[in-house]
Amino acid sequence: MSQNELLQYVKNTVTMQELPAFKAGDTITVTYKIIEGAKERLQKYQGVVLQRSGSGNTATFTVRKMSGNIGVERIFPVSSPFISQLEVNKVGVVRRARIYYFRGLRGKKARIKEKRF
Amino acid sequence: MSGLLGKKIGMTSIYDANGKNIPCTVIEAGPCVVTQVRSKAVDGYDAIQLAFDDKKEKHTPKPMQGHFAKANTTPKRFVAEFTRFEDPKKFGDVLTVDVFKEGEFIDVVGKSKGKGFQGVVKRHGFSGVNDATHGQHNRLRAPGSIGASSWPSRVFKGMRMAGRMGGARTKLINLQVMQIIPEKNLVVVKGAVPGPNNSYVKLERWS
Repeated sequence: MSQNELLQYVKNTVTMQELPAFKAGDTITVTYKIIEGAKERLQKYQGVVLQRSGSGNTATFTVRKMSGNIGVERIFPVSSPFISQLEVNKVGVVRRARIYYFRGLRGKKARIKEKRF
Repeated sequence: MSGLLGKKIGMTSIYDANGKNIPCTVIEAGPCVVTQVRSKAVDGYDAIQLAFDDKKEKHTPKPMQGHFAKANTTPKRFVAEFTRFEDPKKFGDVLTVDVFKEGEFIDVVGKSKGKGFQGVVKRHGFSGVNDATHGQHNRLRAPGSIGASSWPSRVFKGMRMAGRMGGARTKLINLQVMQIIPEKNLVVVKGAVPGPNNSYVKLERWS
């Protein structure tokens, strides 16, 4: 068996949950499980997807939100068992797969055109 | 001690029971054949020789063909000795990944990636000159003084300097076994392992 197949075999042991399709520029809400001691609670994190990175079970995506005046970015692995729900709120119209330029935009400029169906 | 020979397959990440993302290395380990048993009486020391990874007979010198034929096995690419092996193995025995258990800690020996001729900052972790200004223009990564002048009038042995880096036998100790997949002969250990993908490694467990 080739080297790649063996690596893939281990990667496939990680169970992946079905997530709705989304891409850079979309606004999403990630409901995330947080364990504090013995207690478990859910936290919602809403923001704009900056990029999707990697492939397969080890892929990740970056979500940016403005917390007051401070930008916060969080990277989630797609196969993370802590993601309990992912909801796409807005489908944005952007021209590139990784919208790093969005980090430099503030106020009215930091808006993304919404896709209308 | 117990051990196996293996081949580094590559790195990935898996999740542990608490949902934590763990970076780990996949190693194809075994089956290994005992191709020689060294004894104190004959060789002056006790050890067993393991062999791993098939190769073609036409690529094997005749004396080696005979060596493997004696153990009733096909020619192998990677052969290494293990001393102080627990529960003495017999000539021709086959060892598989079940010599290890999930959760235990093993040592991995490999040959690190060659880095070529490197300076002291990369090779020995020197900090270099910490100023880019104040008269520094071409010595940001220089080693500085290598000793005093009239006494001792020489450079001490072992002075850390620039030179060839990597490509040396490297042992990482106490890597946790995260997963064992007997049907594919795979061992998944936590963290990185020396050497490039497809290189041979020695797995050891000291109990």
